[in-house]
Amino acid sequence: MTKVTMTVNGKTVSREVEGRTLLSSFLREGLGLTGTHVGCDTSQCGACVVHVDGKAVKSCSTFAADVDGATVKTIEGMNNPDGSLSVVQQAFQDHHGLQCGFCTPGMVMSSAALLAENPKPTEAEIRHYLEGNICRCTGYHNIVKAVLAASGQDAAALAAE
Amino acid sequence: MHNFDFVKPSTIADAVKALSAEGAQALSGGQTLTPTMKQRLAAPATLVSLTGIAEMKGVCMGADGLSIGAATTHATVAKEAAAHYPALAALAGGIGDPAVRNRGTIGGSLANNDPAACYPAGTLGSGATIVTNRRKIAADDYFQGMFTTALEEGEIITGVTFPVPQKAAYVKFNQPASRFALTAVFVAKFADGVRVAVTGASNDGVFRWTEAEKALSANFAASSVAGLTVSPDGMIGDLHGTPAYRANLVKVLTKRAVEAAH
Repeated sequence: MTKVTMTVNGKTVSREVEGRTLLSSFLREGLGLTGTHVGCDTSQCGACVVHVDGKAVKSCSTFAADVDGATVKTIEGMNNPDGSLSVVQQAFQDHHGLQCGFCTPGMVMSSAALLAENPKPTEAEIRHYLEGNICRCTGYHNIVKAVLAASGQDAAALAAE
Repeated sequence: MHNFDFVKPSTIADAVKALSAEGAQALSGGQTLTPTMKQRLAAPATLVSLTGIAEMKGVCMGADGLSIGAATTHATVAKEAAAHYPALAALAGGIGDPAVRNRGTIGGSLANNDPAACYPAGTLGSGATIVTNRRKIAADDYFQGMFTTALEEGEIITGVTFPVPQKAAYVKFNQPASRFALTAVFVAKFADGVRVAVTGASNDGVFRWTEAEKALSANFAASSVAGLTVSPDGMIGDLHGTPAYRANLVKVLTKRAVEAAH
């Protein structure tokens, strides 16, 4: 067992973990933060995306011990300090950027990472960036609309496909 | 996944020492090794993380070319190599997806030498030098077949140095589910000749298409390869594409890479 310490959603947490403990297990089972979803568990689907030191990573393919000392943000840490939804989350709600909702935590985390890098992405850039996030309901169109809206661009202009 | 001891040294010397233990295995970004361990296709007794070694990170332009630390992520190469070697930066920026690029590293990709990975094509196509804790290995000697390299037991890649060509391009035909190359071609035009490296196509992993190199060295134009043929013998055949399909892609993508080279 190894002791790891991280700052998760602004709080410092320490836990004893096995070498094989994945960051996704650390968050879900260790800290009870079950908003991070495990979809494929093979690093294809992106439901488990969280931010590690500000960068989007797949928590199911990262060992907890390897990110000892890191600052981690999960979907539970995405809301505004007053508890209201962040701009990205609100845009997903406004544009119904989800169907069953299983992929949504990863979609929101990836979208937030995109907007941090590229505040005004084009539709093509959004679709390209979200390549590693799979929606089994195939509800991509409204997700793209939500990201466009969250970036302050006109989502209505996006033609229905 | 079977359990293991996890160690994270902060120097190359400590990493090499840790790797000398029985059943120890190096871990870089873990974007291949972690899924492999979940399937129990690998079960190391100790994992030695290379991601905490500062001397193995970074992109820097020097007299020998562009040097990239082995533990540098694809995302960092995509950003920091762009001004020095745009074709290589574009290759790094097209690997996997953004989250994979934030973890996966150049050293990890080259040590694994997946037959459909992108970096082996950029490295062989550039005639780069792989630097390890023991020696320097020319790309032409390094790649020795599918998942096989010149690396010895206990040897780790610490960096890679790329000569920067006059013009280059990497054109990948994506396997859309995995985002690996169904087939991809890296073309680089140097003052003394052209190099063409192909990934994703051969059962032996990355290879140089020497016939095209000769034709393109004489005349760097897509039309130069028009009359050449690629044999499907030894090409990968799977549900995504037959050997003949991949052989044809080699030629098509080489032409596109020549046209895209800048």
